[in-house]
Formats: sequence, C-alpha cells, structure tokens
Amino acid sequence: MNDGYAVRAEALEKRYGEKRALDGFDLAVREGTVHGLLGPNGAGKTTAVRVLSTLVRPAGGRATVAGLDVARQPREVRARIGLTGQYAAVDEVLTGRQNLEMFGRLFHLGGRRARLRAAELLERFDLTDAADQGVGGYSGGMWRRLDLAASMVLAPAVLFLDEPTTGLDPRSRGEVWESVRDLVAGGTTVLLTTQYLEEADRLASRITVIDQGRAIADDTPDGLKSRVGGDRIEVVVADRADVPRVVKVVARVADGEPDADETELRVHAPVTDRVAALTDVARTLQDEGVRVEDIGLRRPSLDDVFLRLTGHRTDTAQTKEAAA
Amino acid sequence: MSAVDLTGPAAHGRVYWVLADCWNVVRRGLTHYRRQPVNIAWQLGFPILSVLLYGYVFGSAMKVPGGGDYKDFLMPGMFVMTMAFGFVNTATLVVHDSTKGVIDRFRSMPMASSAVVAGRGVTDLLVACAELAIMMLTALAMGWRPEGGWGFLAAFGLLLWLRFALIWIGVWLGLLVPNPEAAGGLFAVAFPLTMISSTFVAPQLMPDWLGGVAAWNPISSTAAATRGLFGTPVGGGDSWVEQHALLMAGVWPLVLTAVFLPLAVRRFQRLSR
Repeated sequence: MNDGYAVRAEALEKRYGEKRALDGFDLAVREGTVHGLLGPNGAGKTTAVRVLSTLVRPAGGRATVAGLDVARQPREVRARIGLTGQYAAVDEVLTGRQNLEMFGRLFHLGGRRARLRAAELLERFDLTDAADQGVGGYSGGMWRRLDLAASMVLAPAVLFLDEPTTGLDPRSRGEVWESVRDLVAGGTTVLLTTQYLEEADRLASRITVIDQGRAIADDTPDGLKSRVGGDRIEVVVADRADVPRVVKVVARVADGEPDADETELRVHAPVTDRVAALTDVARTLQDEGVRVEDIGLRRPSLDDVFLRLTGHRTDTAQTKEAAA
Repeated sequence: MSAVDLTGPAAHGRVYWVLADCWNVVRRGLTHYRRQPVNIAWQLGFPILSVLLYGYVFGSAMKVPGGGDYKDFLMPGMFVMTMAFGFVNTATLVVHDSTKGVIDRFRSMPMASSAVVAGRGVTDLLVACAELAIMMLTALAMGWRPEGGWGFLAAFGLLLWLRFALIWIGVWLGLLVPNPEAAGGLFAVAFPLTMISSTFVAPQLMPDWLGGVAAWNPISSTAAATRGLFGTPVGGGDSWVEQHALLMAGVWPLVLTAVFLPLAVRRFQRLSR
C-alpha cells in the first residue's frame, strides 16, 4: 500500500497569511533511506515537516507517512514517527533519564517498559554518564542526542529531523551525524531538513531541493552536484600579466574550460580529482615563478545550487550582500 | 534493536489513557518543583513579604471600616492575591513549553492532546494547595485565628475555585504571548488588578468610583466570602455585590471559566492551523 515509499506528499498547500509556505509541494522518500530536504531559511522545509508530522493540517494536497494519511489518521501516524525539531524539545529541568522515562510513559509503554527503554536509549546514545544530571547542564551535542533518543522511544518507522545540527559546533555535528547513520542502519527512514549542502551530501542518498514552497529538484547528491558543477579549483594571482599562464596550467587538470576574471585576477575551473589537481597546480605555478595570492578548492555551496537551479540567490545570501 | 518489547501499548481503554497521560504530565510538573524547590520560594516570596509588610509595618496604621482586627481582613486578602498571581505563573510555564517545542513534541506523540492542557491545570491546582498551606501557616504564626471546621474547608475550596478559573486565563495568555519575557510582564497587569480590590484595603475607604470598581473585582468577592467563612467577617461593604459575596465568589470563577476555557481550547487547537 505504500509501494516502497515511507513518505509521499502530493501537491501540498499551506498558507500563512499572504505567504505561501507550501505551494504544490511533492515528495517521495524511499523506505530505509536518508532523504535530504535542502533549502534556505523560509523555503518551506519546516512547514513541510510540520505537515508530515501531523502538527499542522495542510490546506490542500495529500500526504501519507508509513502508508497512513496524515490528515485522516493523525493518531496512527504519530505512533509510527519520531520528530526532532530545530528547538531541542526536551525538558531542560528534568534529567536525561527522567525525560526519556516520561516520554516512554506518554508513548504508552507503561512504567516498567519505559524505564527499561530509557536505560537502553541512554546507553545507545552514549548518555549513561550524564543520565541523572539535569538537561540544563548538557552540551549542545548531548542535548541534541537526547532529543534524538526521545524521538526514538518507539523505534519509529519514520524519523523527521528538522535542522538537527543548526547551531552546533563541528564536533557535536559529527556526533549527531554518527547517531543518524546508526539509526538508518537499524532500518529507520529519515527525512532530514538542512541548510547545508555538505550535511545533505554526507548523510542523504537522495536530496529534494525546496524553494518558495515547491520542490525544484530531486536527485542524488552526485547528480545534484554535477548539475551545479561540482568542486572547483580557484587561483588568485598578484599580477595581471600572469593570468593567461595560470589559465593554461589550470586547464591541464580541469574538467572544463577555466574561467578567468581579469578584474579580480582570479582563475577557476571544475575539477574531479580535487587534491591531485590542487597539488599539481600549486607545484607547477611555483616552478614557473608565478606569484600566487591565494589558491584553494571551493565546494559548491547551497548558494551555488540555488543560483544554478533557480537563477536567484538564497535570501540569506542576498541579505548578506545587501549588508556588505 | 531494542531488547524491550515496543509492540503496541499496554491494553487499556481510551479513558484510561487520557487519565494516564494527564497524570504523567502532572508528574512532570511536580518533578520540576522537586528539582527546583526554589521556584516555590520565589512564587511565595512576594505574598509572604506582603503579609509581613502589611501586617507589621502598615498594620497599625490600617483601619478596618466597622472595626475589627486588620489581620482578619488582610490574611484572606493575601490568600486571594496568591491565587490571583497564579495565572501569571501558568502563563509563564505554558509559553515556555510552547516556545521551546515541548508542546510540539507532545502533539507529535500518540498521547491525548487534551492531557497537555489538563495536566498543566491539575499541576497548578496541586501547587496552589501547597501555596495556601504555607501561607496559612505563616498567617497562623503571625496571630491569625480563624474558625476551623466546614467553613474553613469551604473557604479553602473557594480559593481553589478562583485559581481553577484563572488557569484558563493563564493557558490562553501563555499561548498568546510571543515569549517568556512577555509573560513575565503580565505581573505589571496582575499587580494593579489585585490592588484595586478588597485584598488590602476596604473599597469604602477608596474614592467612590475606584471603590465601585474594587467592589466588583472578582477577587474581592472571594476575599469577602472567605473572611466570612473563616469566621471573621470584617470590613464588608453595603453594595449589592459586597452583600452577596458568597454567591459572587461562586459565580465569578464560573463566568471566567465559561469565557476563557473555550478561548484557551480554541487557541490550543489553532496550533495545528
């Protein structure tokens, strides 16, 4: 009845006042995969997750989660999903253990099973040492891991992760990524919203790009990156006269014609074998005595994806530029 | 994989789970006080300080119209004020849960969503009982001597009845205001609303127009009614509403509940819009 798809959305509509938060949004997530939902702030990611997790009713369209209609069978859907929001929705006064036991009882496990399950989850998410401390004293990464554990109490078929690493330091981010990989290995389907192309690339086997409430691309991370152009090597020189020579050197390792920007004294080109290309270009330029101001690899950012797919930049990039 | 059997809830009917969910939300609220007992102290700090200030500092200068001990007038007023301030507390806890995403977490779970609000209400009533007990012990220590018996219990019940009505104002405001700081600002509203009543001063001693407002303040009715039930009916006025304090102490909370319970429920349901 769900033909291999854990989540399906067709033409979802949702409006907040004048703003169309979802404007004919489609999504199909295969069972047992991590699916990335990528988009800038205000693109509709969170609204999509709120509709799919039964928190808000859609104004139009239809959606099923684990084969159940979110609008008509919300209670049944709720027994099969986990939700981890942008705000870590755990109780900060209670201890980690008290949180998980409370959620277990509210998931109707009964006192004994709730206690056992809490102990099990604390162990699994590496929180046993801090189990009996108040959550208020947890680090960002521990907090988010507890939040993940809380959404895993019933071992749900589908887990919604709404920007799980926003505001985390790199180490905590790695910890959360690790936990997500473990969950998927256990058979859970994950829908992950993120503003970071890198995060979607690392975790997801498929990515849907959302803009203005609509899915504008649905592809594998590799497919998406090749559409955007993948990684690029970039060289900035000190002297304008060197630009043609640099173009020639870069062309030897590049996958396509290098672009030269005469005013910024910048040459860049797409590359696949990233590190080898960088080493090669750096060595050759040094041998030829070219004065290099800067050299490096640039990964396509969310902005690049957007610029390529939509022809416009993300709002955040626009605001940054306006402010600069 | 889990070693715990997670298949299906324990077999119980729907009513059982509504009550069980509610109780688990209450347990959470009470655990908060157990882990942070200082919060109760904060909540009681102002009323207890007021009892001491008004009782000892201003007490000798305060008059009760028609004679009588100011303590007999003040103490029931203080109990009422403690109940009245409770709505700010309810609102603060609700706005905290809704902005932090705790309410969303509950709503995304297969529990009864009514338990989220009902659990808050029951918790606040239990806390109100504790507050009243502590306030009354303080009053007794300061020489307040009420009559015991059924009157005393009825007064206690009327105070809780007022608190019950204010829960819904608290829940409604908690879902309405944007952040916990704004909820804290509600004290600025609560303070004059409790002062312009018969908590500290009899309305007859105020300017006429203000005395009228104070006499019709819902908390004045509860204050006057409990003074009667404690066996110390001092400082009552002649207006219709003051003459029928006991009736109005029952009616006012009923009216407030009739208005604000539906508003709070609608506000809660609007979360899914």
